[in-house]
Amino acid sequence: MTTKTLASIGLPLPRWMTNLRAKEAIAGYIFLLPWALGLILFIVGPMMTSGFLSFTRYDVVNPPDFVGLKNFIEIFSKDRLFWPSLMLTFRYALIVVPLSLVGALSAAMLLNQALRGTAWFRTFFFLPHLTPIVASAVLWGWIFNADVGPINHWIRTLTGSDNAPGWFRDPDWAMTGLIIMAMWGAIGGNTMLIFLAGLQGVPQELYDAAVVDGAGLWAKFRNVTIPMLTPTIFFNMVLGIIGALKVFAAAFVATQGGPAYATWFYALHIYTRAFQYFEMGYASALAWIFFFVLFTFTYVQFRQSRRWVYYAGEVD
Amino acid sequence: MAGEAIATGRKRTGNGILSADLFQSASFQRAIGRGLLYLIAVSSSAVFMFPFVWTVLSSLKRGGELFRFPPTWLPEVPQFQNYPKVFEIVSWATWTWNSTFVAIVSTFGAVLTAALVGYSFARFRYPARDVLFIITLSTMMLPVEVTLIPLYLMFAKIGWLDTYRPLIIPSFFGGSAFLIFLMRQFFLSIPIDLDEAARIDGAGYVRIFWQILMPLSIPVTATAAVLTFMSQWNEFLYPFIFLNTKTKYTLAIGIRYFQAVAGFADDTEPKYHLLMAASVMMTAPIIIIFFLAQRYLVQGIVMSGIKG
Repeated sequence: MTTKTLASIGLPLPRWMTNLRAKEAIAGYIFLLPWALGLILFIVGPMMTSGFLSFTRYDVVNPPDFVGLKNFIEIFSKDRLFWPSLMLTFRYALIVVPLSLVGALSAAMLLNQALRGTAWFRTFFFLPHLTPIVASAVLWGWIFNADVGPINHWIRTLTGSDNAPGWFRDPDWAMTGLIIMAMWGAIGGNTMLIFLAGLQGVPQELYDAAVVDGAGLWAKFRNVTIPMLTPTIFFNMVLGIIGALKVFAAAFVATQGGPAYATWFYALHIYTRAFQYFEMGYASALAWIFFFVLFTFTYVQFRQSRRWVYYAGEVD
Repeated sequence: MAGEAIATGRKRTGNGILSADLFQSASFQRAIGRGLLYLIAVSSSAVFMFPFVWTVLSSLKRGGELFRFPPTWLPEVPQFQNYPKVFEIVSWATWTWNSTFVAIVSTFGAVLTAALVGYSFARFRYPARDVLFIITLSTMMLPVEVTLIPLYLMFAKIGWLDTYRPLIIPSFFGGSAFLIFLMRQFFLSIPIDLDEAARIDGAGYVRIFWQILMPLSIPVTATAAVLTFMSQWNEFLYPFIFLNTKTKYTLAIGIRYFQAVAGFADDTEPKYHLLMAASVMMTAPIIIIFFLAQRYLVQGIVMSGIKG
């Protein structure tokens, strides 16, 4: 710290110090090496390759054929599944994320009431999150079974009619089924635990002060809890949206993107083009568009966050 | 209900024993409030647990019982032999071993190298460190599809397809950005005076890492290990893309394969009851690990949510 300040105001540093600095830097780079290699070999290198491939036709058998912007033009103008799958993916994320944030915050507040058996309730809420996505898709497939599944049985009993949703078989209901499945795994998961820690970090004095000012339950929630939790909400929201936009395995196993493309998520679209049709160039272009969209969306969220996220430790 | 309590309170206040009655009505209100909270907690627990209960119960039924209308809760006679039967129908034992092998080896690599890299980010000063750290964090946002296609082509070229190498080797290069972040955050919370004291006593960087920092980081290392093991166990896309031979499958893709064939009655009846048993068997190890490591796990997840 002191050397840093000295250096920053331009004082010449003694020789032994710079030597030590150099030694430290070299050691630091050596410890960083596994990741640096990994970054180049498994992330940056492949990204550049797929960037290049996105301007080619490549069917794996023949060498890549440079076609310029043809893939992108085709995607935006001819691909009948591009816009629907992108929109559907966003719709899914914009439903799942807010609902699971509200659910997780409610669950966390419930667990913060010092009820007896809280540890048990927390475990019960958390277990769905632990279920492997594939297993969860398999078991929900059975629970949502249109004919003999328990959910439809209850719906029929409650409504007294024979009309019940077809869930994963029904284009109008498959998405709802996936959303329910995702919420089951998300509400009691990491999001809830992080909220719980956030709630426990709100200083009691603030609540006491609010009570002195005559605040009721709602006013305390609205004016103390929520503002103090905005960093946590923001963190959970950004991660939640990124995760939801990438959804693949759940839909792939539960609905295979159907019926009638009703759950044809963007990741499924890329997968199909790449590994079913072996259109590696085209699929790379799709992937890069996705990356760009995700990046922009996340960037906008960070920009927006300055307006509503309040960091208690920050000096204005 | 609250209105009622207030009404009773007023009535008694009229009787003149003011403070005691007010206290009583307030505690009465609170009791009702608590009761409601318990009711909500219990019923939402039931909602969350229902799919598990249903799956376990279904896994103990006879195949035909699952198709009964209206659906029944309990199996007529619990069919525990459904579980061994899964092993006969598909290569369940092999898949379980494959999953265990891949998960353990890649967890080892990921945690070890993430600790080294986290140490570098937390304890050393060098040019571009913070930029590199931000790059590391931003890779969390990267959709896998951007790297998946070139990785597939690369692994195909060097003959790694249909082996476990694509699932394991990348783990030895820093694991994941999330793990590195987790380790770095923890190292930052250890006072640097410890390092300096060891340095004065003549310890080198490796020694400080191995003998000072790592022993103090057992909880976070355990957390990292458990989280990585779980995500490897559950991983679907990578094994699905990189493995072809059925006997090389991991559980995640094995169960999907099983699901695809379970509906077709090749001999007698659909095998959904066995599919449910398979789901239970895939989930059970994760739940057991969770119970063993609960304390660490919750702590680690919470730590990841704290800004730093």
